[in-house]
Formats: sequence, structure tokens, C-alpha cells
Amino acid sequence: MSRGYTSAELMVAAAAREIRDGEVVFVGMRLPLLAFCLARSTHAPRAVGLFENGVVRDSPALAFLVTMSDGPNVTGAIWCTEMREVMGLMQSGRVTLGFIGGAQIDRFGNLNTTYVGAPGRMVRLPGSGGAPDIAALARRHVVIMAHERRRFVERVDYVTSPGHGTGGDWRERTGLLGGGPSAVITTLGLFRFDHTTREMVLASVHPGTTVEEIRAQTGWLVRIAGDLAETPPPTREELSMIRRFDPEGFWTGARR
Amino acid sequence: MTHKVVPLVEALRRHVPDGASVALGTALECLIPFAAAHELIRQGRRDLTLVGPISDICFEQLIAAGCVRKIVAAWVGNVQHGAAYAFRRALEHGIPRPLEIEDHSNFSIALALEAAAQGVPYLPTRSLLGTDILARNPRLRTASCPFTGVPLVLVPALAPDVAILHVQRADADGNCHAWGPTGISAAAGKASRAVIVVAEELVEPGVIRSDPNRTLVPGFLVTAVVHLPGGAHPSPVQGHYNRDHAVYADWHARSATPDGAVGWLDEWVRGLGDHAGYLAKLGGERFDRLRPHAPQLAAPVDYGY
Repeated sequence: MSRGYTSAELMVAAAAREIRDGEVVFVGMRLPLLAFCLARSTHAPRAVGLFENGVVRDSPALAFLVTMSDGPNVTGAIWCTEMREVMGLMQSGRVTLGFIGGAQIDRFGNLNTTYVGAPGRMVRLPGSGGAPDIAALARRHVVIMAHERRRFVERVDYVTSPGHGTGGDWRERTGLLGGGPSAVITTLGLFRFDHTTREMVLASVHPGTTVEEIRAQTGWLVRIAGDLAETPPPTREELSMIRRFDPEGFWTGARR
Repeated sequence: MTHKVVPLVEALRRHVPDGASVALGTALECLIPFAAAHELIRQGRRDLTLVGPISDICFEQLIAAGCVRKIVAAWVGNVQHGAAYAFRRALEHGIPRPLEIEDHSNFSIALALEAAAQGVPYLPTRSLLGTDILARNPRLRTASCPFTGVPLVLVPALAPDVAILHVQRADADGNCHAWGPTGISAAAGKASRAVIVVAEELVEPGVIRSDPNRTLVPGFLVTAVVHLPGGAHPSPVQGHYNRDHAVYADWHARSATPDGAVGWLDEWVRGLGDHAGYLAKLGGERFDRLRPHAPQLAAPVDYGY
């Protein structure tokens, strides 16, 4: 908090910057709800948001949202329809970017939100929702999650949402339409993927974090980009927008 | 046709027997038929199979009450808080009863119901390839497209015994209007052998006929109509009430232990005779705070000829 913003606010700003103007975005739960509102209010005024419940809107939600089905996300939408319509549009290649979260991730961006632990001692998580569909069908997707060693593992216990599988051309061989994960935004840094091996590469480190800390919180030897940068902090304009959409800090944390 | 209009208690006794498969919570976080779920708990229903995409805490509560044998879903838990205490206890420890899970994604649940709605044995998708959802669900199969050779996942049709659909308004025959996002509600209604419509408003047939494009399912598919204002609380119903986030926070805090979950169910479900008792306990003032701040009426459409 000494920097004047929370970790979640920085992640929302970083996620919003992944949205290019005019993109058709499949918006997920939680922080991506805010990232879409932020992008739409700043650099991407022509972005369109699709929600798996069937809401399609070309403007930020009118007030704070806990879920995508809350009233302020429905009033002023350009389309309220069925899930098969928005999923179908994604399957036909109309969605350029999707957002998902995860409990466990591996070096190729495969995500697990279903079971963690060894057989016999499995812990059950809530499950998939629409994340596997976004991971398979959006032209590219961005993952947002907490960066802890127990979550960043050599191999996920269960593939709920496919990333780049075992790397290389795995997605093409598997028949997946979408391009897979293009970025992973964590509480500590931002990763992109090597174009050939499809392994996660640390692209930027959040202010106040070190490469050593990221290495310590990652269960494999992290590859570092040659042009490693510091993640730009949220601007004043971005912060004021985020706080308009999350006035109590419900999603982005207490701000004193 | 007014015989379709029955009290909730009666509709569930008649159409949701022990062991039934039930689709509910099909619009995702809104229009969840919580009052119906609570009445199933009061009636002590057993061995239900619940079908839905993400059910929010509706499935959690039915599981905690011991009503459920199997879940066919994409996600089970508390959307606001992420946790799924009752679901975990049942799957990992059989508390209060053992639970079976058939994992899907949101899209594959939608396609399973859509296939049944269309009367075909399966529908193909390009989702789920390369996942353990596909690898571990023996009902999902892969095949090559006979036209192009591309790999496909075949999702078999799923026809629940009954769908419970919450809507803004219905006439006495079950012709009903829902607005806002509807998720997989229409597919669930068309796929199921029986449909219970729970409506905020019971309206004259002319109201539905004044705007037929807004119909969720036509009355000839509907088995029973229940008029129950507030029946989706704490989930939101566009134009009627907003989401009551405090209930989800309360369930999150108290369902962390088996005793806490039972305590919540005793206080808010079993200890109250019916939905009227639930609304009375909630209080009119609290409910009024959930009402829309201002009406947002759609522009009229002209169906003249």
C-alpha cells in the first residue's frame, strides 16, 4: 500500500493493457470483470465484452459487480442471449481474447481448477466453469492468478484448461483452434510464451518484487526474457477508474 | 388450463420425486430458483441428480442438506467467495452423504442439453480437446469429422427428468418471459421431460402474446406454474430485485464446518414453514433495499400487421 495501489489493482491494470481497442473479449470472473471495464473506459473504447451467461456489452458495467449476472452488467447491454450463442461465436473464431484464472499452472500454461494433490489425498476444487472453453476456443487467452510455489508447479495434477500442453506444436497436433495462453499475469510478475517452445518466459517483474522472489515461488527453473522489464504501475487515471468500478476494494483489496 | 398453476410445495411433490435428475440454476448467477431448492430441502428429498452449469450456492445448500447423490456440472461453489465447502466435504469425505460428480465445462453442459432439446444423440464441439475433463469422463468421446477430418469431442444428449426455471412473468399455461442473460435455461426447458416455471408475476395470456420474441419456453412444454414473488432471492432478477450479496457472505462464513452449514439450513430453511416464512424473516425493509433504483423500460415494439 505504500506505493498507493494494491497488488490486485496492478494486476487489473496489466490485464486491461492486454485488451487492444476493437477486440472482442470473453470476460471471465473477478479481476477480468474490472479489467474489461477499465480498458473500455481508457485505451479500448471500441472493445466488446462477451460473458458466458449470455451478456454482450460495448460499455463498462454501470456499477460495481460481484458477478457477471448482476443487474448493472445487464442494463445497457447490446445483447442478452443464451450461453450457446456466445460460446458458439467463440468456437467460430470471433473472440480474439479471453481471460481465465486458475489454482495451479505449469510451465506451458496448462491450468488446473479441478483436483489438486496426490491420488488418494485429492483436494476437490470448484471445477471448470467456462475456462476450458475459453482456453480451447478464444484466439488467445490471458491467465490471471496468485503466484505461490504450490500453485506454480512442474506439472499440473489435472488439466482443466489447456495451455500449450507439452509445448511446441502440441495445440496444433491436439486440434485446438485457439492460439492458447499469450500471457500470465501473477501477483509477482508478467509472463509471455516462447514462440517455439511455448514455455512461459518472465517478461516483467512487478515493482517491489525481485527475480529471486519469483524463482523461489515457482516450481521449475524460470526462463527470463532478455529484455526483462519492470511492470508499469497503474497510472492515476487507471487507478481512479478501477476505484470507480470497485469502490469498496471488494476485488482489489483494502486501500486503508 | 389453469390447473397448471399450483403452489410450490405441490409442484415439487408431484414432479420432483426422490432420485430425479433436476436442472436448475441454468441462467448462471441470476434467476436461480432458491425457493424451490429450499422447499426440496424441507421436503427431505433424497438421491437427486443436479444438472447445471455453475449453480452458485444453490447446489452447495442442496448438497449440505443431504438431498444429492450426483452432480452433473461445470463448477460448484460460491461465486462471490470461490469456496465450495459443502461440495468438498461430500466428495472428499461423504459428509453428509457420498457424492458422485460428472465433470463438464459450461459449453459441454449446454451442448448436452441442446442435443436433447434437438432430439439428436450428441452434438460435436472443438472444446475440451487435450483436457482431463475429456480423459476422465467416459461419456465424452472423440471422433474425426467425417467431412473435414478435424478432431471433435462428441457430447451425448442429456435429458433431465425436470427443469425448474425462474422467470419474470408467466401466464397460467406456462408461456413465460425471461429477460437478461438466460444461460442454458431454454435448452434445459426443451430437453427436460417436465418443466416447472416459477414466476415473479402471473400475468394474463395477452401480456405474453404482446411480445412473443421474449418467450423463454412455450406453455405446451410446461408442466406446472408456480407464482412466487421473491423466489430467486438471493440471486438477482432483472427489473425486480438485485443480488443480496450478504447471504452469500453469510453462507461462506457458516458453511466452513458441517455444523455451521446445518445451522444455516435450520435457521433459513428447515426452521421456516415455507417461502412466505423466509421472506418474513428476511424482512420487507431488507428486500426493499434490493429493488431497482429506477425503472429501465424497453422501447415498445410494434407487432402490428
